Order: sequence, then structure tokens, then C-alpha cells
Amino acid sequence: MAFNYDQYLRLEKMPTLWCWGCGDGVILKAFIRAVDKLGISKDDMCVVSGIGCSGRFSSYVDFNTVHTTHGRTVAYATGIKLANPDKHVVCVAGDGDALAIGGNHTIHGCRRNINITMIVINNFIYGLTNSQTSPTTPKGMWTVSQKAGNIDPTFDGCKLAIAAGASFVGRENVTAPKKLEKLFVQALEHKGFSYVEALSNCHINLGRKNKMNSAMANLDWIDSITVSKKKYDTLSPEEQLNLLPTGILKQDTEADEYCDMYAEIQKVHQGQRAKITQDDFEKKI
Amino acid sequence: MSATREVISTGNELAALAAIDAGCMFFGGYPLTPSSEVMHVISDLLPKKGGVAIQMEDEIGGICCVIGAAMSGKRALTATSGPGMSLKAENLGLAQMAEVPLVCVNVMRGGPSTGLPTRVSQGDILQSKNPSHGDYKSITLCAGNLAECYTEVVRAFNIADRFMQPVIVLLDETLGHMHGKAMLPTPEEVEAGIVPRKTFDGPAEEYHPYECGPTDPAVLNPMFQGYRYHFTGLHHDKNGFPTEEIETCRKLIQRLEDKVEAHKDEIESYEEFMMDDAEVMIIAYGSVSLAAKEAIRHLREDGIKAGLFRPITIWPSPAEKIKEHTDKIKNVMVVELNIGQFHAEVQRASSRLDIEGLFKVNGRPISPYEIVEKVKEVF
Repeated sequence: MAFNYDQYLRLEKMPTLWCWGCGDGVILKAFIRAVDKLGISKDDMCVVSGIGCSGRFSSYVDFNTVHTTHGRTVAYATGIKLANPDKHVVCVAGDGDALAIGGNHTIHGCRRNINITMIVINNFIYGLTNSQTSPTTPKGMWTVSQKAGNIDPTFDGCKLAIAAGASFVGRENVTAPKKLEKLFVQALEHKGFSYVEALSNCHINLGRKNKMNSAMANLDWIDSITVSKKKYDTLSPEEQLNLLPTGILKQDTEADEYCDMYAEIQKVHQGQRAKITQDDFEKKI
Repeated sequence: MSATREVISTGNELAALAAIDAGCMFFGGYPLTPSSEVMHVISDLLPKKGGVAIQMEDEIGGICCVIGAAMSGKRALTATSGPGMSLKAENLGLAQMAEVPLVCVNVMRGGPSTGLPTRVSQGDILQSKNPSHGDYKSITLCAGNLAECYTEVVRAFNIADRFMQPVIVLLDETLGHMHGKAMLPTPEEVEAGIVPRKTFDGPAEEYHPYECGPTDPAVLNPMFQGYRYHFTGLHHDKNGFPTEEIETCRKLIQRLEDKVEAHKDEIESYEEFMMDDAEVMIIAYGSVSLAAKEAIRHLREDGIKAGLFRPITIWPSPAEKIKEHTDKIKNVMVVELNIGQFHAEVQRASSRLDIEGLFKVNGRPISPYEIVEKVKEVF
């Protein structure tokens, strides 16, 4: 029997504002299936989104939902999570949200390893505002703010998340919705900050002027630049140069989670344990 | 509130203590001189009672996590100074728009920009009226002595929950770092006076958080309790969902103004000192009012009948009360540590352009002597 999405959707908000053929709907559906698979109650879930096409994600799903200012999803989510550590808090951000204006919050959410899942919908462009350069726009592509060709180096958000200390980092492609669903399940099950990049198409605002004038052409391009991590790891650095690995890129189940650590702070102040010192940590610097 | 216990403390510490006693369970902030002691104190006190205090990566993160915690239903506080207020401005706007109650303490220092980090100023009066873009009506309270660093923060939490919006409490560097005796109400009295935000307890399908009378605030239930609605900074409908419907947009913004304007009397607060027979009215607030009181005593010794009008609620300003006085008293002078920010409000409220001013913007306090000299010079 086909999966029934209706119980998780705010049907009165349909159709979405997303363009025909947009991959964001694939991500929305994969996320809903993942939540359903894990049996998370709708009341126990909070979805926090930012600004842009991805920002509308939160208004379509029937959870506790917050549509924040541009780039601030992780900061809002940090407050919600710390105040309600037993609830599920998920951020949905775009590439501009997560890696440009909100880059600082992304870094520090990863660093704290707070138990939040951050889904970054990367479509390589500012879509809602009509084709401005994003931190993930490939060099040489046309954008409305760099019509002579983008000269800004491209940013790999997953590498940033790994370096900043996220304990779960993964990437998947909207052309593989089942894999995307599985990655969401793994990210939601993981305790700690999980950073998931979902590669999506924007044939309207990225593709139109970059020879990918249809959803299929844009998706073919995404397929051509992605390869499973397993295969990626067998390639030479030259071969890896223009490819993005997919699947789980990092998973550390031992790292301290921030809400757990804060509970230790509470114990210190409540006289239930001694102060935290460097001796409590294996890594000293 | 009655003043029944004596404490020796600083303004910043009292602001933190007040938040704890008022039921605050969350603090988010970033180090910012001269407000940092609020964070230093509350980061010990909150975990003790099961709450959370977090130093965020920047001022924006500080206000955002506070709004998040407040959306989820907690009483939440942030504290900062001018540069931090500038950075928090956009998200204070979201809290105004989505009607999220929180308290933001601003311990004023010299500005603009990095200004005079460790010195006193009252340069953020106008900023506190409109920190963010767009139309809304700010509520700003201003402590005038050590005890009020406590009582005004308590009052701010109750007003925030009553009107469902941020409330700014202005301290200044002098008050924040002043160490001295304060007479305070007991924590029990504060707790007994807590007025929590309204909630809806009917069936979820009948719950419309933003459907309310033209002068009423939204009724926002805590998260995770079966009422799944939407927060947004966009114009929104009765359930919080984005809309551009003409009448809905107009009514929303008008209501953000009117919910405060129609109930100003619940917020208004001021002190009148030796005003009964006053022939010279000094208007001052914050730490400057302490110098003004001293000056008034000296002026009276010299035969000049001076009195003080001190706004405690700065925004919305006690404009009617100001007009009542300025209609009767010819000699009026505003004394403040800026170039006439509240002076302009007094001109507006009084419809008079002959209001005198004593302004100082070099980071130093105004002495009683300076006020005495100026009064004798101009009146």
C-alpha cells in the first residue's frame, strides 16, 4: 500500500510554493517517511526552518513549527532543545542559510554536538530570491549577482561540519529518495549533532542559465557530481576533485552530547557532583 | 511590591537575581561589557534550579536561543549592551511579530559603535523604542536605582507575558556596576505576584493562537503539548501561517500597536519627587535621577523650588503625565546622558519647544553640581 503522507502534512497549505519538478518535495516526503518509521509523535517534534525556499518546509509539516530569520535556525533550535532536551528538534536550512549568513551558528551547533538534526537543502543557488550566488555555487556558473561568471570558491558544508565537530555527517541526493530516507532515519536516531546535506535541483534559478533548463537536466548534473563514499574513497585526489561523496561521511557515537553535558553542570550546582575539570576529558586541548 | 529585605549587591547582580525569582528558566547571551555580570551570576543560579544558561557564539545566537526557549513556553532572559542590542535587533523584531515574550536587559554604555565600553551613557533610549525595522510598539522599562534593577526586571517578566512581546529593561553602566544597599521584596512575594502567560486549554482544532480581539495579545501555548501551530516572522493568519491577505496583514500590524496603546495604564510607571510645589521640573531617569535628587535638595536649600519627574516606563512614555506637569510648570529641563533623546519626547508630549536640556556624552556621569549650575543659569 502506498505511504499515506496526509497525517503529517498541513493539507490546507498545499500546493507548496515550490516550483514544478523541485527536489524539495522529495526531501519533505523522505523526511516524513523517516519520522513515521521511527514512530516519533507529532507532538514531540519541532521543525525549525530559516529563510528561502527551504524556509517554507516548516509550514507544510504538522509538527510544532518555527520559521525563523535568515540563517538562525540552529540558534533558535539550541534554545528549544536545551529547554526541552527530551524532544526532537530538527533544523531545515538552505545552503545560504546554513553556510553564508548562518555559518557561525552552524559551526557552533556542530562544535557543541547538541542533539539536533540539521538538514541542509543544497541547491547550489539562492532560489527564492532569483539566482544570486550561494556559497555552494560552482565556480564559473552564471548567477544574477555574478553575470560574468562566479569567481567565489565553492564551499563543502559536510567538510565544515566534520571539522567543526558534528558527530554525524552525511549527504544524499534527491534522485535517491530511499537512500535519503534511510540517511534521515540514521541522523534522527543518532545522539549528537547530525548534519545532513540533501542535494536538490533548482532548474529554474540555477539551471536556466547554466544549460540545465529542466528538472531532469539539473538532476543529471547532480548525479554526475556525486558518488558513494565507498567508491569515492577508492579514487585518487585528482579523480575526487569534482565529486561529492554521498552516504554517511562521519559517525562518532562516543562524542559527548551537549544536553547530557549540561545536565552535569546542573548536578555540580545542585551539589550532586564535583566541579568538571580537565581530568574528566580524554582530550585535553 | 513591598521592600522588606536588605541586600548589598550590584545592579547587574540584582537583575540576575530578579530573573531567577520571577521564574526565568533560560538565559542565552554573549559577553558584553558592562552587562557581562548578569551572565556571570545567572550561569550559576539557573542550573541550580534546573534551568539553563548558555553563552552563545554571538549576540544574535543569544537572542535567538532565548526566543526559541520562550516559544517553547519558558520564561527567558538575555542581557547585553549597545553593540549587542544592535545585533539583536532583527530577531527582537521577530519576537515582536510572532509575539514571543522575553526580557532583554541593556546595560547602556557609550556609543555609537564600540564607543566607550566601560563608561556610562543613556544613548540607547531611541534604539529601545524601535530596535528593529517595521511597526510595533516597544515596551521599555528603566531602572533608576539599585532596588529597581531587581523590581523592574520582575515587572518586565510579568509585562512580557501579559502583552506577549519582548520587554527591554534599561540599566546604565553606573547602576550596573554600582555596589550598595537595596531594599527588595522577598522572593516569596515576587513568586506570588507572577502572572503567567495565558494559555488555551480547549480542543486543538478550536485553537487559533493569533485570533484575538483588536487590542489583545496572541495566546501562545507551550510547545509539545498537542497544540501544533506555526511561528513566523512573516505576516500571518490566525494559526500563525504566512499570508498576504490585505485585511489580515493590516489588522495584525495595527493590533501589535494597539495591544500596548490601549492598555498603557497597565505599563505606565513614574516617580514624582518634591513635585507638589515645584516651580522648576527636572526630568531625569536611570542613574542620572540619583544626581538630580541630590541637586534638587541643594536647589531647595538655595530657595529654588525644584522637583523631579522620573519616568520608569520609558516606552510607551508617560506622555499625558508629562503634559499635565508641563502645562503648569514653566521651567522644565531634561537631564540625560545623550544629546536629547528623551528631550525630544518631552517636547512632543508637552507640545513645547522651550524645554531646556542638560546633555552629556563624554562617558562621565552628571554631578549634582552641574545640574544646580545649569538650573541657576537658564531659569
